[in-house]
Amino acid sequence: MFYIRCPYCEEHRDEQEFHRVAEANLVRPSDPDGCSDQEWGEYLYFRKNTRGEYNELWVHSVGCRKFFNIQRNTETYEILNTSPV
Amino acid sequence: MTEINRLDSGGNIDRTQKITFTFNGKSYTGYQGDTVASALLASGVNIVARSFKYRRPRGIMAAGVEEPNAVLQLGKYEATQVPNILATQQEIYEGLTCRSVTGWPSCDVDFGGLIGRFMGKMLPPGFYYKTFMKPAFLWHTYEKYIRKAAGLGRSPKESDADRYDHVHHNIDVLIVGAGPAGLIAATRLSAANVRIMLAEETTEMGGSLLSSQQDINGKDAKVWVKAALKDLQANPDVRLLTRATVNGFHDHNFVTVNERVTDHLAEKAPTGQARQILHKVRCKWIILASGAHERPLVFGNNDVPGCMTASAISTYIHRYGVIPGSRLVLMTNNDNAYHTAIDWYQCGRTVIAVVDTRPNPEGKIVQKVREMGINVFAGKAVIDVRGRNRVTGVVIADIEPSGQAVMGMLTTLDCDTVASSGGWSPVVHLSCHTGCRPKWREDIQAFVPGSHRENILFAGSVNGHYDLANCLQEAVNCADQIILNESLTVQEVLGDFKVESALEEPIMPLFSIPHTKPVMQSPKQFVDFQNDVTVSAIDLAVREGFHSIEHVKRYTVMGFGTDQGKLGNINGMAIVANALDKSIPEVGTTTFRPNYTPVAFGTIVGRYRNQLFDPERYTAMHRWHCDNGALFEDVGQWKRPWYFQAYPGEKMQDALNRECLAVRQSVGIMDASTLGKIDIQGKDAREFLGRVYTNAWAKLAVGKCRYGVMCNEDGMVFDDGVTACLAEQHFLMTTTTGGAAKVLEWLELFHQTEWPELDVYFNSVTDHWATIAINGPNARKLLSELCEGIDLDKDKFKLMDWRQGIVAGVPARVFRISFTGELSFEINVQANYGMHVWKALQVAGKKYKLTPYGTETMHVLRAEKGFIIAGQDTDGSVTPLDLGMDWCLSNKKSFSYIGKRGMARSDCLRKGRKQLVGIQTKSKEVMIPEGSQAVDNPYQPLPLEALGHITSSYFSANLNQSIAMGFIKDGFNRMGDTVYYPQPDGTIITAEICSPVFYDPNGDKQHVE
Amino acid sequence: MEKYSAFTLFAHALKHHKNWQPVWRTPSPKKTYDVVIVGGGGHGLATAYYLAKNHSLKNVAVLEKGYLGGGNTARNTTIIRSNYLWDEAACLYEHSMKLWEGLSNELNYNVMFSQRGVLNLGHTLQCMRDIERRVNANRLNGIDSVVLSTKEVQKLVPALDCSSNRRYPILGASWQPRAGIARHDAVAWGYARAADALGVDIIQGCTVEGFMLENGAATGVKTREYGAINAARIGCVVAGNSSVLSSMAGFKLPIESHPLQASVSEPLKPVLDTVVMSNHVHAYISQSDKGELVIGAGIDGYNGYGQRGSYSTIEDTLRAIIEMFPSFSRVRMNRQWGGIVDTTPDACPVISETPVKNLFFNCGWGTGGFKATPGSGHVFSSMLSEGKASMLTKPFSLERFYTGALIDEHGAAGVAHS
Repeated sequence: MFYIRCPYCEEHRDEQEFHRVAEANLVRPSDPDGCSDQEWGEYLYFRKNTRGEYNELWVHSVGCRKFFNIQRNTETYEILNTSPV
Repeated sequence: MTEINRLDSGGNIDRTQKITFTFNGKSYTGYQGDTVASALLASGVNIVARSFKYRRPRGIMAAGVEEPNAVLQLGKYEATQVPNILATQQEIYEGLTCRSVTGWPSCDVDFGGLIGRFMGKMLPPGFYYKTFMKPAFLWHTYEKYIRKAAGLGRSPKESDADRYDHVHHNIDVLIVGAGPAGLIAATRLSAANVRIMLAEETTEMGGSLLSSQQDINGKDAKVWVKAALKDLQANPDVRLLTRATVNGFHDHNFVTVNERVTDHLAEKAPTGQARQILHKVRCKWIILASGAHERPLVFGNNDVPGCMTASAISTYIHRYGVIPGSRLVLMTNNDNAYHTAIDWYQCGRTVIAVVDTRPNPEGKIVQKVREMGINVFAGKAVIDVRGRNRVTGVVIADIEPSGQAVMGMLTTLDCDTVASSGGWSPVVHLSCHTGCRPKWREDIQAFVPGSHRENILFAGSVNGHYDLANCLQEAVNCADQIILNESLTVQEVLGDFKVESALEEPIMPLFSIPHTKPVMQSPKQFVDFQNDVTVSAIDLAVREGFHSIEHVKRYTVMGFGTDQGKLGNINGMAIVANALDKSIPEVGTTTFRPNYTPVAFGTIVGRYRNQLFDPERYTAMHRWHCDNGALFEDVGQWKRPWYFQAYPGEKMQDALNRECLAVRQSVGIMDASTLGKIDIQGKDAREFLGRVYTNAWAKLAVGKCRYGVMCNEDGMVFDDGVTACLAEQHFLMTTTTGGAAKVLEWLELFHQTEWPELDVYFNSVTDHWATIAINGPNARKLLSELCEGIDLDKDKFKLMDWRQGIVAGVPARVFRISFTGELSFEINVQANYGMHVWKALQVAGKKYKLTPYGTETMHVLRAEKGFIIAGQDTDGSVTPLDLGMDWCLSNKKSFSYIGKRGMARSDCLRKGRKQLVGIQTKSKEVMIPEGSQAVDNPYQPLPLEALGHITSSYFSANLNQSIAMGFIKDGFNRMGDTVYYPQPDGTIITAEICSPVFYDPNGDKQHVE
Repeated sequence: MEKYSAFTLFAHALKHHKNWQPVWRTPSPKKTYDVVIVGGGGHGLATAYYLAKNHSLKNVAVLEKGYLGGGNTARNTTIIRSNYLWDEAACLYEHSMKLWEGLSNELNYNVMFSQRGVLNLGHTLQCMRDIERRVNANRLNGIDSVVLSTKEVQKLVPALDCSSNRRYPILGASWQPRAGIARHDAVAWGYARAADALGVDIIQGCTVEGFMLENGAATGVKTREYGAINAARIGCVVAGNSSVLSSMAGFKLPIESHPLQASVSEPLKPVLDTVVMSNHVHAYISQSDKGELVIGAGIDGYNGYGQRGSYSTIEDTLRAIIEMFPSFSRVRMNRQWGGIVDTTPDACPVISETPVKNLFFNCGWGTGGFKATPGSGHVFSSMLSEGKASMLTKPFSLERFYTGALIDEHGAAGVAHS
């Protein structure tokens, strides 16, 4: 069970206070209406899903309710870094 | 039964406390401190179980959690039954009742044994994959008998009478195992001002020292243990746990410890005590000092009762004062097991021989045993055991130094006990739980923990340091490493020790003793006792092509038992390696997973059961609802009144009809407090709303409300609700009851990740407000009696307006919004005034026959109006367009609101999508069950194309007919068409597609004077 | 292929089981194959078997980096059912169900398919509406679903607490009698043995590290142990590694890999004769023939390739089990483990052509892949043989994530896995 440092609270907390939201740094296209179905589909659904070092967006949902990025290894479950979005 | 095997003295039992217990219906005695196993052995009980496949008699083999055979059903009462306890772990208490879980009619006389003896040949590993296939329909019957034959104990039939607790710990160092290594590490660290937990699985701390005859610092090791414990107990930062098994090592140094608090006291925990505690420990460091299990050697008929591991015998002698036989043959491939021969001898019973597989054992202890006059046969091995219900003798032969073959004359020795030792297997389990693989050490013929990322250190025999001096030194080093790493200051240096090193000669790499006959014809040589896995089974599996150790495990079921192969797995791997002509590390181990030993479900669940399984949320008026006949519906965690019984036993439909008519004819009152409420402020709040809702918000004036639909980025509706403009930069959003949390996070997500430049703040205020909806033509009259400061005139306080005022003497926000189509006010007051206002309305409402109503009536009334419920009439696959809610889409907004692009994808715009329409049955009194699927022609053969399903269906008392909404493919273009709803009972309901607005289509009712 | 039966068993017993044939060969790979299947799990082996059996393609290899059947095939809770909501999914799973029904005899290997039925419990009014909807949809598709009352549920499962004073009382259930469980390992072994007998090369310990690409088309795979292997067509069936493989070929998938955990109790005498699933309290349970209670849970929320998850998920699951079965409280959990499931946005698989010609993916089965093993292999073999989708597989193409024609089966996934 993960032990996560919230970069806002600056404390380590048990995983249950958090949850994972999505791959980190997904950016909403600036002109959705100008996107093709394919571009929009890629934004909506297609992910890197890396095995190894990966950046994820998490939220401290029963804490400060801030979203932040976790850099973690999806294979070893090590957390390498957490940082504000 | 007399305790024929109880020694006159010795053992750490309280001989003043005699205890009586029952095993298989017979009464036995033992002493305080005995386990069921030690007490049964004391009474000379040989058979405790029947084996899984061959139904062979089985006795106790070990003294700890590695025991494969002595698996019992515990419990006198139904609610406190425990299946599959280990006799070697369960302490006895007065009145303890247990029985064998195998054998019919009993484990002493089992008819299944005949099948095992004569049919055993038909039961090679995986025989069930090769048979029972024809005729196919009979499999069900075969399976019934297979299931009956399998399984060990039985589940209780009643709810657990006990309670379980969870305790969370954040500590510096967790030490697993209170043997010599664990104790000395704790001692050393205790001077460093750190929080320590020392968890010991057994009843007593000291580990191997409790049955050792070695000295520490010139004194008996037991004296050293006592002193160390005394010091540790005095330190408030040290938590000592006994009967506490560390069962799981999880990521980021999270560890679960199962403390069996009362299992040694009684079947049911004493009042006020938890039966077991799950300690959830987050620690900076772990010192794993979990020791090692002795593994037996594998030889013919090595399962006959009386065959035991050597160390188990020593444990029974030293800790329990029990000697489990009279005449011992000990087989070993190492020096360590000689201690058992000495122990046996010193009890005054006969050691027939020590059979050492090594050609020339010359170690110190070997000399000592020889000097005692005990026969030591070198270069020999036990190849077969005589006896069925108890060992009567062994057959020995010469064994090649390679261990690959036996030869020469066979000699038979009479004996009643066979101890064997094949060396030690470190208890590496916990070290592997987070994915690390153990590594093989050729010199000690054992797996030790592999390298780790985590802060976990290894001390003592778990790391292959069996010699006491080395073991203690390694533990001290671990403690010092932590002290150094954490830059701790030590008040005084504790834990110095002086121990004589006992040098041993090397172990012989040997796991399984060959027989003179070929593998497939030799007597059964058991590797996994609980699952009846033999050497020949493994051999066959390998010959059939199962070469991966995981394949062998799965094909032979080796290691699948409750013991998870603690005793047999390493032997099994060695046998596989031998058969494949590979090395043991090439074959590798199977995966070690939590739990190290089984844990009661109840312990894992803790207090989160029954009503605490999930918290119940109540509104401020909940008590009133309970007192006034409400039946409740679960919506999310909320308990919402479903409908109110006017008198006990009132039928649901009658209640609904009464409630529905009351609302439309006079006035009804509903508790709407559970709707999610989010307070939104900031100068960009309005802009933000425009982005997350599909409709326009730019012009919503202060004092006004608006209905909004929220979509996902894929264009599918996920929530809806009314948002009020409280001030120019201040809004109150309502959400569905179940969707509140999700919506808040959705807003925050977009604010924090996409549009942080927007100045906007969100706050959940669901619990801050009580919301009371009064609906019906008399709603205004009723409100006017209690309301001050609001002009309720219909032209001053219009539909979709809200006003601040006083209701029943308390400040209130009143919203003129309607989910029923009637004149309606939603009164919001501070939650703690909710009950007061509710009751005041009840009093004032008497003359209007104010009627409380629940969610079901609300659903009927809104369905009469064709209003949707997000989550009931939507399912994440419908766009606002599919709902006919184009009016709710603003395509003029400069910002491409969430969902806009999604609902413009080609599939969302195609013809033939399912669209929400009204459905009217041809026979107006017939109701279509919700979930019914529409078809165009029900008389076609299956499969039939479904046009769409009924999402909402009710009987409308106001219209005196059934009403329904549902999806129909291309429904908007099919108004007036007939569709059919086939029912599971074979009937078909005929219905017509219509507008979903059944009542008051022009909306006059909500403007009533 | 050596025939298995009680008679051959007896004959071998007389000869002390000395003469059993290996279940499969251990060949070295050839230079070139008509079809290379990457991934030797149940799905991959089934694909190979049906390619050889139904499409006369015998020059086929299955490349498995570990041991065959060692991924999710080896670590699932073995539930088999076809009561899916949407036509596209229901047809696919029902296709699979029909294959299950004759599988032991088809493969001459007893996969112990036990049609003991599956219950999906409803605990709220909305659960019941969803159950009614799904059952009615199933019936139109010819699938044997019915809705049961609380009383009927209680009769089927005496150990279940059906009283009204639970936190979430059981209001009813859907019931598919033909559904059930099977012996998971046997499925992989049975397909492997039968495929091998038809000439398929099953190469264990062969890791694919890349694809050979020419002009946007795949021409083979690069392996760590055996170098390049040419193939006219390549099918990837690598649950838990789909994104890893697709990134080697240069494209992304609509997939996220999550840990999915399961656990078993110690073996017990028969106490549960059917499979019980609850979407609302979030757990499922059955009893294996060996007597263990086999318990499954929802996925862990984060991406993970570690074949393990968080303890809190196990706790949540057991809470749900005790909510349904309070009498199991003193039963003990023996072992927990995890697999890696490739989840898609609509909880339906991807069986599809890809941006790379001659490279096909069969992935994204999420938590429900085991039940689909025969069907998945069957339809994927025809995709690999024809080079294009069939009626059954067309709805499951990658294209749907662009057009929006998703098949949202989250509700029917048995346990809401996201």
